[in-house]
Amino acid sequence: MLSIKRFFKLIISSCFDLLPILVVVLVFQLLVIHQPIPNVADLIIGSLFVVLGLTFFMLGLEQSLFPIGESMANAFARKGSVFWLLLFAFCLGFGSAVAEPSLIAVAQKAADIAGAAHFIENSPRAKSDYALTLRLTVATAVGMAIVIGVLRILIGWPLHYFIISGYFIVTVLAPFAPAEIVGIAFDSGGVATTTITVPLVTALGIGLANSIKGRNPITEGFGLIAFASLLPMIFVMAFGIVT
Amino acid sequence: MQWFEQFLAAFLETGRNVMPIVIIIFFFQLLVIRKPLPHPGRTLLGFINILIGITFFLDGLKIALFPLGELMATQLTAPAFLNIPDSTAAIDWRNYGWVYLFGACIGFATTLAEPSLLAVAIKAEEISSKSINAWGLRIAVALGVALAIAVGTFRIVTGTQLYYYIVAAYAIIAIQTVFAPKLMIGLALDVGGVTTSTVTVPIVTALGLSLATTLQGRDPLLDGFGLISLATLFPGISVLAYAQLAEWRRKKRNSNHT
Repeated sequence: MLSIKRFFKLIISSCFDLLPILVVVLVFQLLVIHQPIPNVADLIIGSLFVVLGLTFFMLGLEQSLFPIGESMANAFARKGSVFWLLLFAFCLGFGSAVAEPSLIAVAQKAADIAGAAHFIENSPRAKSDYALTLRLTVATAVGMAIVIGVLRILIGWPLHYFIISGYFIVTVLAPFAPAEIVGIAFDSGGVATTTITVPLVTALGIGLANSIKGRNPITEGFGLIAFASLLPMIFVMAFGIVT
Repeated sequence: MQWFEQFLAAFLETGRNVMPIVIIIFFFQLLVIRKPLPHPGRTLLGFINILIGITFFLDGLKIALFPLGELMATQLTAPAFLNIPDSTAAIDWRNYGWVYLFGACIGFATTLAEPSLLAVAIKAEEISSKSINAWGLRIAVALGVALAIAVGTFRIVTGTQLYYYIVAAYAIIAIQTVFAPKLMIGLALDVGGVTTSTVTVPIVTALGLSLATTLQGRDPLLDGFGLISLATLFPGISVLAYAQLAEWRRKKRNSNHT
């Protein structure tokens, strides 16, 4: 019975999450553009789906992704093997990025631009090679980012030194990379942060910070995602300069 | 029947995207940690719930919001709507007030519906024993995204270089990290990457693309996409500012008491 109550509570909070979008869309469409809503039935059905989707997602989050991330972090900390922890961190980052649909789309777009600008041979084969290399570059960057982030939590270095150095590297590299690649590089920062990876990686970081003595989970537990959105930019720009 | 098939196809596709992560978790849990999962039934149920949730969520966005968002982006950027008499006046940035306003509003609203941000906000509230408020954090992030989209559309209209905006944002964050409460830095730098996800990216990209297509001399491929990179940086600035503000207020209150 408790879970049914919880379910309804989640449905109501999901409605509040979706409400602002509906308000913005309706106000602009009716009062600013002065046009009717083209397909009211679709809007209602779609909104119901979004609310249901958010509700199930939140249920699943509490049941699986959060507990798994934290229990694995605890188990690795107890086991005390840094090597396996770092390998896990790399696989998690690489695995989540390599199959990510938005990364596949971005890589394809980059290959088209490079082909049109005659960086590479303008043939389907050269382009698909280029796209695959780019995808592997970004996925490696995300894997490395989680590894560096986990190491930072283990050792306890302050996060902002890393991030500011990263910003500095991006600032210096960008003028040397081809303009087309720079746009792709700035975009690639967001690809690793999917709806599945974010909760899992966040729980991993917080779990690690919790199980190491003298670490504050708020100060030390966050920061993994920050690395994961910074490192791909650097890797892609370096990739653009090298090729 | 067709509806069901479509749902099933979407479900399988989501499952395929999640597969690598599930395999990695099982591999490490069973072969490296060598312990069974603590609550296997509940975990499995949770994964199925997440799959169902993401499928419904994406399907709903595709049915309701993406087509409408694209339609509105085209309508709002049309010269006829903006009262732009001829194409020579088209590039004057003052003609695009509605675009900036719509960009800011839709950026704000989509951020509040972003599931990943919801997850991080809940976690932050939980581990800070409620001293960080989940709604407060999400609104701070949403304000950052709103500003980012307004500035980003302004950049597309004026045709200025994305690079300068990015470097300026970097400089602001670097200065903020020196003064902001250390407790919040990790969270603030994380949320930028978190916000740009399932809801925000497609709608905002549609706005950028139709804006760059309407304007003469803009390349949709090069100009249309910069919005997202600004939207990953500005939330960091707004959350650090929010943290700073909260600390000032607390200090003021404390000094009033003594």
